[in-house]
Amino acid sequence: MNITIKMNITSAQYYNDIDGNQSGVKATIDGTEMFVPLDPANRHYAEILRQVDAGELTIQDAE
Amino acid sequence: MSRARDFADLAGAADAGTVSGANLIINGDMAVAQRGDVTISASSSGYGGADRWITYITAGTATMDVSQDTDVPSGQGFSNSQKMACSTTGTFSSSSYSLIGQLIEGQNLQHLKFGTSSAESLTLSFWVKSNKTGTFNVEIRSTDSTLPTATTYQNVTQVTISAADTWEYKTFTIAGNTSGDIRNNSFAGLEIYMWLKTGSDFTSSGDVTGNGWVTYLAGNTGYGADIDITTSTSDYFAITGVKLEVGSTATPFLHESYGENLAKCQRYYWQNANNSGYYAYQYVSTHKFLPVFFPVPMRATPTADVSYSTGSFTEYATSEYGFKSYITSSYTDTTGYSTTYVKFEAEL
Repeated sequence: MNITIKMNITSAQYYNDIDGNQSGVKATIDGTEMFVPLDPANRHYAEILRQVDAGELTIQDAE
Repeated sequence: MSRARDFADLAGAADAGTVSGANLIINGDMAVAQRGDVTISASSSGYGGADRWITYITAGTATMDVSQDTDVPSGQGFSNSQKMACSTTGTFSSSSYSLIGQLIEGQNLQHLKFGTSSAESLTLSFWVKSNKTGTFNVEIRSTDSTLPTATTYQNVTQVTISAADTWEYKTFTIAGNTSGDIRNNSFAGLEIYMWLKTGSDFTSSGDVTGNGWVTYLAGNTGYGADIDITTSTSDYFAITGVKLEVGSTATPFLHESYGENLAKCQRYYWQNANNSGYYAYQYVSTHKFLPVFFPVPMRATPTADVSYSTGSFTEYATSEYGFKSYITSSYTDTTGYSTTYVKFEAEL
């Protein structure tokens, strides 16, 4: 067991940029909507991936 | 004055312990607090109060007010401390823990020469105050560069608070880790955690305090740590003047200017809470763009929390250097689009 950031992520959806490229994840974290980059060094993205792997979260496709 | 005299004076000052070594900790004097105070709980641990310091409490319903406080040790030149104060009491389960810590980038630590026979010793010094007496554990954790699976090591030292409601100065030295190096990148190279009371999951491996560097086990971290600040809303734990330095001597805290300290913190977090801080400009006939340039390059591409005066913006190509977003809007759209606040986070 390791210590983990206890982020409350209630929604997550990929979004595309103006060129149609997948740009990041629009996520609601602790009640605030945030733009999370697809950067493994970003702790929010790392936590989103952890929760997806654990079956706790699904990232919706981009609109 | 001759250069020989300068060098002699310098050597004398070093002998007297008045030459300060560089501090590997950022914001050790808790002077910068961009986010303001926060309340943490089992579902919302994180950053708040003084910048760069992360706090956790997972003891049932317990909540902690985490704040940049003005209670400081007398005569030491500090103006602030980081304080965890119980706002709702709780109970510990086997998986509960309470701690405060800071993570340091690996690329800032290569001079420690970990993983070699020349690994440098480290000395940690700090001031601590609590209404509770007892012990807590300071864990210094290091992750090496082994691929594909890195090895994590830990070094756990027990610290005792002898007198309640009294600032006490603590210092100890640990040897360098000759077994594992420190990954040379922007991920965490060292993690410093002050473990207060924990559940049995964190004590199950027995006592490794004072054993030097061992391979990481969660069950090593909390053995003997008994400072419980969740029993009363009068409970608190506060620290300031935290310094981690190379060598076996604790040298005086190096007080930086607020600007120097702030710039270091902004690599990990910055915000501009001013209304109408940034405006959108027409970029092409169909879109307006809103650029925000960061004051210093951030550690990684940050998470963006941006609020707008009106309109639905989409983030575009944010990097460690700046943020952009756009909105569909023509030349004839005379609406003034602006931000009401911007917050960017690239903490470890």
